[in-house]
Amino acid sequence: MHRTGDLYGQFQTLEQQKETATLGMWIFLVTEVLFFGGLFLTYTINRSAFSTAFGIGSNTLDITLGGGNTVVLIMSSLTMAMAVWSAQVGKKKLVGIFLIATLGLGTVFLGVKAIEYKQKFDHHLVPGRGFDMKYHPTHPMPGDDPKELALEKKEVEEAFAHDPDINAHAQLYFSLYFGMTGLHALHMIVGAGLLIWLIRGSFRGRFTPQYNNPVEIVGLYWHFVDIVWIYLFPLLYLIDRHR
Amino acid sequence: MSKHIVSPIVYIVIFVSLMLGTAITIWAAFQNFGKFNIVIALAIATIKATLVVLYFMHARYSLKRTQLVIVCSVFWLAIMLALTLADYDTRPHESRLASANTCYHA
Repeated sequence: MHRTGDLYGQFQTLEQQKETATLGMWIFLVTEVLFFGGLFLTYTINRSAFSTAFGIGSNTLDITLGGGNTVVLIMSSLTMAMAVWSAQVGKKKLVGIFLIATLGLGTVFLGVKAIEYKQKFDHHLVPGRGFDMKYHPTHPMPGDDPKELALEKKEVEEAFAHDPDINAHAQLYFSLYFGMTGLHALHMIVGAGLLIWLIRGSFRGRFTPQYNNPVEIVGLYWHFVDIVWIYLFPLLYLIDRHR
Repeated sequence: MSKHIVSPIVYIVIFVSLMLGTAITIWAAFQNFGKFNIVIALAIATIKATLVVLYFMHARYSLKRTQLVIVCSVFWLAIMLALTLADYDTRPHESRLASANTCYHA
Protein backbone atom coordinates (compact mmCIF):
# COMPACT_ATOMS: atom_id res chain seq x y z
CA MET A 1 0.00 0.00 0.00
CA HIS A 2 1.47 3.33 -1.06
CA ARG A 3 1.87 5.56 1.97
CA THR A 4 3.25 9.10 2.44
CA GLY A 5 3.64 9.65 6.18
CA ASP A 6 0.28 8.63 7.63
CA LEU A 7 -1.68 9.20 4.41
CA TYR A 8 -2.34 6.14 2.25
CA GLY A 9 -2.28 6.69 -1.52
CA GLN A 10 -5.97 6.16 -2.25
CA PHE A 11 -7.05 9.04 0.01
CA GLN A 12 -6.81 12.77 -0.65
CA THR A 13 -6.68 13.94 2.97
CA LEU A 14 -6.07 12.43 6.41
CA GLU A 15 -9.60 13.53 7.35
CA GLN A 16 -11.10 11.51 4.50
CA GLN A 17 -8.94 8.51 5.42
CA LYS A 18 -10.08 8.66 9.02
CA GLU A 19 -13.78 9.05 8.09
CA THR A 20 -13.58 6.11 5.70
CA ALA A 21 -12.00 3.76 8.23
CA THR A 22 -14.49 4.78 10.91
CA LEU A 23 -17.45 4.28 8.58
CA GLY A 24 -16.07 0.87 7.62
CA MET A 25 -15.89 -0.24 11.25
CA TRP A 26 -19.41 1.03 11.99
CA ILE A 27 -20.83 -0.86 9.00
CA PHE A 28 -19.06 -4.01 10.20
CA LEU A 29 -20.65 -3.47 13.62
CA VAL A 30 -24.06 -3.31 11.90
CA THR A 31 -23.45 -6.83 10.58
CA GLU A 32 -22.43 -7.88 14.10
CA VAL A 33 -25.69 -6.46 15.51
CA LEU A 34 -27.62 -8.73 13.17
CA PHE A 35 -25.25 -11.67 13.84
CA PHE A 36 -25.80 -11.57 17.60
CA GLY A 37 -29.37 -10.40 17.01
CA GLY A 38 -30.23 -13.75 15.44
CA LEU A 39 -29.12 -15.55 18.59
CA PHE A 40 -31.03 -13.12 20.82
CA LEU A 41 -34.10 -13.80 18.69
CA THR A 42 -33.63 -17.56 19.10
CA TYR A 43 -33.30 -17.00 22.85
CA THR A 44 -36.53 -14.94 22.92
CA ILE A 45 -38.60 -17.60 21.18
CA ASN A 46 -37.19 -20.50 23.20
CA ARG A 47 -37.50 -18.70 26.52
CA SER A 48 -41.17 -17.88 25.99
CA ALA A 49 -41.87 -21.50 25.03
CA PHE A 50 -39.88 -23.09 27.87
CA SER A 51 -39.94 -20.53 30.66
CA THR A 52 -39.63 -23.05 33.53
CA ALA A 53 -36.53 -24.66 32.01
CA PHE A 54 -34.95 -21.28 31.32
CA GLY A 55 -35.63 -20.19 34.89
CA ILE A 56 -34.08 -23.27 36.49
CA GLY A 57 -31.18 -23.24 34.04
CA SER A 58 -30.46 -19.60 34.76
CA ASN A 59 -30.44 -20.27 38.52
CA THR A 60 -27.41 -22.57 38.09
CA LEU A 61 -25.34 -19.57 37.01
CA ASP A 62 -23.22 -17.71 39.57
CA ILE A 63 -24.29 -14.04 39.81
CA THR A 64 -21.10 -13.06 41.66
CA LEU A 65 -18.97 -14.31 38.78
CA GLY A 66 -21.33 -12.93 36.13
CA GLY A 67 -21.81 -9.57 37.82
CA GLY A 68 -18.10 -9.34 38.54
CA ASN A 69 -17.37 -10.03 34.89
CA THR A 70 -19.83 -7.30 33.90
CA VAL A 71 -17.95 -4.80 36.09
CA VAL A 72 -14.61 -5.97 34.64
CA LEU A 73 -15.82 -5.55 31.07
CA ILE A 74 -17.31 -2.10 31.65
CA MET A 75 -14.03 -1.05 33.30
CA SER A 76 -12.19 -2.30 30.22
CA SER A 77 -14.40 -0.07 28.06
CA LEU A 78 -13.39 2.88 30.28
CA THR A 79 -9.68 2.10 29.89
CA MET A 80 -10.20 1.67 26.13
CA ALA A 81 -11.86 5.11 25.87
CA MET A 82 -9.00 6.55 27.94
CA ALA A 83 -6.49 5.00 25.53
CA VAL A 84 -8.14 6.89 22.65
CA TRP A 85 -8.11 10.12 24.71
CA SER A 86 -4.43 9.66 25.56
CA ALA A 87 -3.55 9.43 21.87
CA GLN A 88 -5.72 12.47 21.06
CA VAL A 89 -3.89 14.65 23.61
CA GLY A 90 -0.46 13.31 22.72
CA LYS A 91 0.28 11.39 25.92
CA LYS A 92 2.02 8.54 24.10
CA LYS A 93 3.10 6.61 27.20
CA LEU A 94 -0.46 6.55 28.58
CA VAL A 95 -1.78 5.03 25.34
CA GLY A 96 0.23 1.86 25.94
CA ILE A 97 -0.68 1.75 29.62
CA PHE A 98 -4.42 2.04 29.01
CA LEU A 99 -4.30 -0.51 26.18
CA ILE A 100 -2.48 -2.98 28.42
CA ALA A 101 -5.06 -2.34 31.17
CA THR A 102 -7.86 -3.07 28.68
CA LEU A 103 -6.15 -6.28 27.59
CA GLY A 104 -5.59 -7.29 31.22
CA LEU A 105 -9.23 -6.77 32.15
CA GLY A 106 -10.34 -8.66 29.04
CA THR A 107 -8.11 -11.57 30.03
CA VAL A 108 -9.60 -11.58 33.54
CA PHE A 109 -13.05 -11.78 31.92
CA LEU A 110 -12.02 -14.78 29.82
CA GLY A 111 -10.44 -16.48 32.84
CA VAL A 112 -13.64 -16.16 34.85
CA LYS A 113 -15.60 -17.50 31.87
CA ALA A 114 -13.32 -20.53 31.77
CA ILE A 115 -13.99 -21.17 35.46
CA GLU A 116 -17.74 -20.93 34.83
CA TYR A 117 -17.56 -23.30 31.88
CA LYS A 118 -15.55 -25.82 33.92
CA GLN A 119 -18.23 -25.71 36.62
CA LYS A 120 -20.91 -26.48 34.04
CA PHE A 121 -18.89 -29.43 32.72
CA ASP A 122 -18.47 -30.80 36.26
CA HIS A 123 -22.19 -30.43 36.99
CA HIS A 124 -23.28 -32.33 33.85
CA LEU A 125 -24.90 -29.22 32.40
CA VAL A 126 -23.37 -29.39 28.92
CA PRO A 127 -26.02 -30.22 26.28
CA GLY A 128 -25.79 -33.70 24.83
CA ARG A 129 -25.38 -37.13 26.29
CA GLY A 130 -24.87 -37.02 30.03
CA PHE A 131 -26.84 -33.81 30.54
CA ASP A 132 -28.77 -34.04 33.77
CA MET A 133 -30.26 -31.19 35.84
CA LYS A 134 -30.54 -33.67 38.73
CA TYR A 135 -26.82 -34.50 38.76
CA HIS A 136 -25.45 -31.69 40.90
CA PRO A 137 -28.10 -31.80 43.66
CA THR A 138 -27.50 -35.55 44.05
CA HIS A 139 -23.72 -35.44 43.71
CA PRO A 140 -22.29 -32.80 46.07
CA MET A 141 -18.87 -31.46 45.18
CA PRO A 142 -16.16 -30.05 47.44
CA GLY A 143 -16.87 -26.42 48.23
CA ASP A 144 -20.65 -26.76 47.92
CA ASP A 145 -22.82 -25.12 50.57
CA PRO A 146 -25.17 -27.87 51.88
CA LYS A 147 -28.07 -25.43 52.49
CA GLU A 148 -27.85 -24.01 48.97
CA LEU A 149 -27.55 -27.50 47.52
CA ALA A 150 -30.72 -28.57 49.37
CA LEU A 151 -32.53 -25.50 48.01
CA GLU A 152 -31.27 -26.30 44.51
CA LYS A 153 -32.53 -29.90 44.88
CA LYS A 154 -35.96 -28.64 45.91
CA GLU A 155 -36.13 -26.18 43.00
CA VAL A 156 -35.06 -28.81 40.45
CA GLU A 157 -37.71 -31.21 41.74
CA GLU A 158 -40.35 -28.45 41.52
CA ALA A 159 -39.26 -27.71 37.97
CA PHE A 160 -39.56 -31.39 37.00
CA ALA A 161 -43.08 -31.42 38.46
CA HIS A 162 -43.97 -28.34 36.44
CA ASP A 163 -42.41 -29.62 33.23
CA PRO A 164 -41.52 -33.35 33.01
CA ASP A 165 -39.33 -32.71 29.97
CA ILE A 166 -37.10 -30.28 31.87
CA ASN A 167 -33.90 -32.11 30.96
CA ALA A 168 -34.69 -31.76 27.26
CA HIS A 169 -35.85 -28.13 27.51
CA ALA A 170 -33.03 -27.01 29.78
CA GLN A 171 -30.59 -28.21 27.13
CA LEU A 172 -32.04 -25.52 24.89
CA TYR A 173 -31.20 -22.96 27.56
CA PHE A 174 -27.66 -24.27 27.99
CA SER A 175 -27.13 -24.53 24.24
CA LEU A 176 -27.95 -20.84 24.05
CA TYR A 177 -25.81 -20.13 27.12
CA PHE A 178 -22.73 -21.81 25.66
CA GLY A 179 -23.49 -20.61 22.13
CA MET A 180 -23.99 -16.96 22.99
CA THR A 181 -21.29 -16.58 25.64
CA GLY A 182 -18.97 -18.71 23.51
CA LEU A 183 -19.47 -16.50 20.46
CA HIS A 184 -19.00 -13.48 22.72
CA ALA A 185 -15.77 -14.96 24.15
CA LEU A 186 -14.54 -15.62 20.61
CA HIS A 187 -15.10 -11.93 19.85
CA MET A 188 -13.17 -11.03 23.02
CA ILE A 189 -10.25 -13.19 21.88
CA VAL A 190 -10.20 -11.44 18.49
CA GLY A 191 -10.36 -8.14 20.39
CA ALA A 192 -7.40 -9.25 22.50
CA GLY A 193 -5.44 -9.92 19.33
CA LEU A 194 -6.30 -6.44 18.03
CA LEU A 195 -5.22 -4.93 21.35
CA ILE A 196 -1.85 -6.72 21.16
CA TRP A 197 -1.39 -5.25 17.67
CA LEU A 198 -2.23 -1.78 19.01
CA ILE A 199 0.08 -2.18 22.02
CA ARG A 200 2.99 -2.97 19.70
CA GLY A 201 2.16 0.14 17.69
CA SER A 202 1.93 2.28 20.80
CA PHE A 203 5.38 1.14 21.96
CA ARG A 204 6.73 2.37 18.62
CA GLY A 205 5.10 5.76 19.31
CA ARG A 206 2.79 5.31 16.32
CA PHE A 207 -0.31 6.98 17.79
CA THR A 208 -0.34 10.78 17.86
CA PRO A 209 -2.96 13.55 17.92
CA GLN A 210 -2.68 13.55 14.12
CA TYR A 211 -2.93 9.77 13.66
CA ASN A 212 -4.85 7.71 16.22
CA ASN A 213 -7.74 6.23 14.28
CA PRO A 214 -6.66 2.57 14.69
CA VAL A 215 -7.08 2.99 18.44
CA GLU A 216 -10.47 4.64 17.90
CA ILE A 217 -11.87 1.90 15.65
CA VAL A 218 -10.56 -1.02 17.73
CA GLY A 219 -12.26 0.87 20.56
CA LEU A 220 -15.54 0.82 18.61
CA TYR A 221 -15.22 -2.97 18.24
CA TRP A 222 -14.38 -3.42 21.92
CA HIS A 223 -17.30 -1.26 23.10
CA PHE A 224 -19.65 -3.22 20.86
CA VAL A 225 -18.52 -6.52 22.46
CA ASP A 226 -19.17 -4.86 25.84
CA ILE A 227 -22.70 -3.90 24.74
CA VAL A 228 -23.42 -7.51 23.75
CA TRP A 229 -22.42 -8.61 27.28
CA ILE A 230 -24.57 -5.83 28.81
CA TYR A 231 -27.54 -7.60 27.24
CA LEU A 232 -26.28 -11.17 27.79
CA PHE A 233 -25.82 -10.78 31.55
CA PRO A 234 -29.45 -10.05 32.57
CA LEU A 235 -30.91 -12.35 29.93
CA LEU A 236 -28.82 -15.39 30.90
CA TYR A 237 -28.02 -14.86 34.59
CA LEU A 238 -31.04 -13.08 36.03
CA ILE A 239 -34.09 -15.12 34.93
CA ASP A 240 -36.62 -15.85 37.70
CA ARG A 241 -34.28 -14.83 40.52
CA HIS A 242 -37.12 -13.44 42.59
CA ARG A 243 -38.40 -16.88 43.48
CA MET B 1 -15.02 13.02 12.07
CA SER B 2 -15.14 16.00 14.43
CA LYS B 3 -12.01 17.17 16.21
CA HIS B 4 -14.00 17.13 19.44
CA ILE B 5 -11.96 15.48 22.22
CA VAL B 6 -14.17 14.01 24.92
CA SER B 7 -12.95 14.80 28.43
CA PRO B 8 -12.04 11.96 30.81
CA ILE B 9 -14.55 13.45 33.27
CA VAL B 10 -17.35 12.53 30.87
CA TYR B 11 -15.99 9.00 30.61
CA ILE B 12 -15.87 8.65 34.40
CA VAL B 13 -19.44 9.93 34.79
CA ILE B 14 -20.65 7.43 32.18
CA PHE B 15 -18.67 4.65 33.87
CA VAL B 16 -20.29 5.39 37.24
CA SER B 17 -23.72 5.43 35.56
CA LEU B 18 -23.02 2.03 34.02
CA MET B 19 -21.97 0.64 37.41
CA LEU B 20 -25.17 2.01 38.97
CA GLY B 21 -27.21 0.46 36.16
CA THR B 22 -25.57 -2.91 36.77
CA ALA B 23 -26.30 -2.73 40.50
CA ILE B 24 -29.94 -1.75 39.91
CA THR B 25 -30.35 -4.57 37.38
CA ILE B 26 -29.16 -7.16 39.89
CA TRP B 27 -31.26 -5.68 42.70
CA ALA B 28 -34.38 -5.54 40.52
CA ALA B 29 -33.89 -9.17 39.48
CA PHE B 30 -34.44 -10.24 43.09
CA GLN B 31 -37.67 -8.21 43.46
CA ASN B 32 -40.97 -9.57 42.22
CA PHE B 33 -42.28 -7.21 39.56
CA GLY B 34 -44.05 -10.09 37.82
CA LYS B 35 -44.27 -9.58 34.08
CA PHE B 36 -42.28 -6.36 34.36
CA ASN B 37 -39.06 -8.01 35.54
CA ILE B 38 -37.97 -8.62 31.97
CA VAL B 39 -39.13 -5.15 30.86
CA ILE B 40 -37.06 -3.49 33.59
CA ALA B 41 -34.01 -5.64 32.84
CA LEU B 42 -34.14 -4.83 29.12
CA ALA B 43 -34.88 -1.15 29.73
CA ILE B 44 -31.83 -0.74 31.98
CA ALA B 45 -29.67 -2.70 29.54
CA THR B 46 -30.83 -0.47 26.68
CA ILE B 47 -30.05 2.70 28.66
CA LYS B 48 -26.56 1.34 29.41
CA ALA B 49 -26.02 0.39 25.77
CA THR B 50 -27.17 3.85 24.65
CA LEU B 51 -24.69 5.53 27.00
CA VAL B 52 -21.87 3.36 25.65
CA VAL B 53 -22.81 4.11 22.04
CA LEU B 54 -23.24 7.86 22.59
CA TYR B 55 -20.18 8.58 24.72
CA PHE B 56 -17.66 5.71 24.68
CA MET B 57 -18.20 5.14 20.95
CA HIS B 58 -18.43 8.91 20.31
CA ALA B 59 -21.73 8.65 18.43
CA ARG B 60 -22.80 11.94 20.01
CA TYR B 61 -19.89 13.70 18.34
CA SER B 62 -19.93 11.79 15.05
CA LEU B 63 -20.96 12.70 11.53
CA LYS B 64 -24.67 12.50 10.72
CA ARG B 65 -23.78 9.71 8.30
CA THR B 66 -22.36 7.61 11.15
CA GLN B 67 -25.43 8.28 13.27
CA LEU B 68 -27.63 7.16 10.37
CA VAL B 69 -25.73 3.88 10.13
CA ILE B 70 -26.29 3.27 13.86
CA VAL B 71 -30.02 3.99 13.56
CA CYS B 72 -30.21 1.65 10.57
CA SER B 73 -28.74 -1.25 12.56
CA VAL B 74 -31.44 -0.84 15.21
CA PHE B 75 -34.12 -0.60 12.52
CA TRP B 76 -33.02 -3.79 10.76
CA LEU B 77 -32.77 -5.65 14.08
CA ALA B 78 -36.29 -4.45 14.87
CA ILE B 79 -37.58 -5.84 11.55
CA MET B 80 -36.01 -9.23 12.26
CA LEU B 81 -37.46 -9.36 15.77
CA ALA B 82 -40.90 -7.98 14.90
CA LEU B 83 -41.65 -10.15 11.89
CA THR B 84 -40.30 -13.37 13.44
CA LEU B 85 -42.17 -12.83 16.72
CA ALA B 86 -45.30 -11.97 14.73
CA ASP B 87 -45.11 -15.54 13.48
CA TYR B 88 -44.23 -17.38 16.69
CA ASP B 89 -46.26 -15.32 19.13
CA THR B 90 -49.44 -15.81 17.13
CA ARG B 91 -49.18 -19.61 17.16
CA PRO B 92 -51.35 -21.76 19.45
CA HIS B 93 -49.76 -22.06 22.87
CA GLU B 94 -49.49 -25.87 22.91
CA SER B 95 -47.70 -26.23 19.59
CA ARG B 96 -45.20 -23.39 19.98
CA LEU B 97 -42.11 -25.18 18.83
CA ALA B 98 -40.96 -28.68 17.82
CA SER B 99 -41.64 -31.46 20.30
CA ALA B 100 -39.21 -32.33 23.05
CA ASN B 101 -38.25 -35.54 21.26
CA THR B 102 -36.00 -33.57 18.94
CA CYS B 103 -33.67 -32.85 21.89
CA TYR B 104 -31.38 -35.37 23.51
CA HIS B 105 -32.86 -37.27 26.41
CA ALA B 106 -30.47 -37.93 29.28
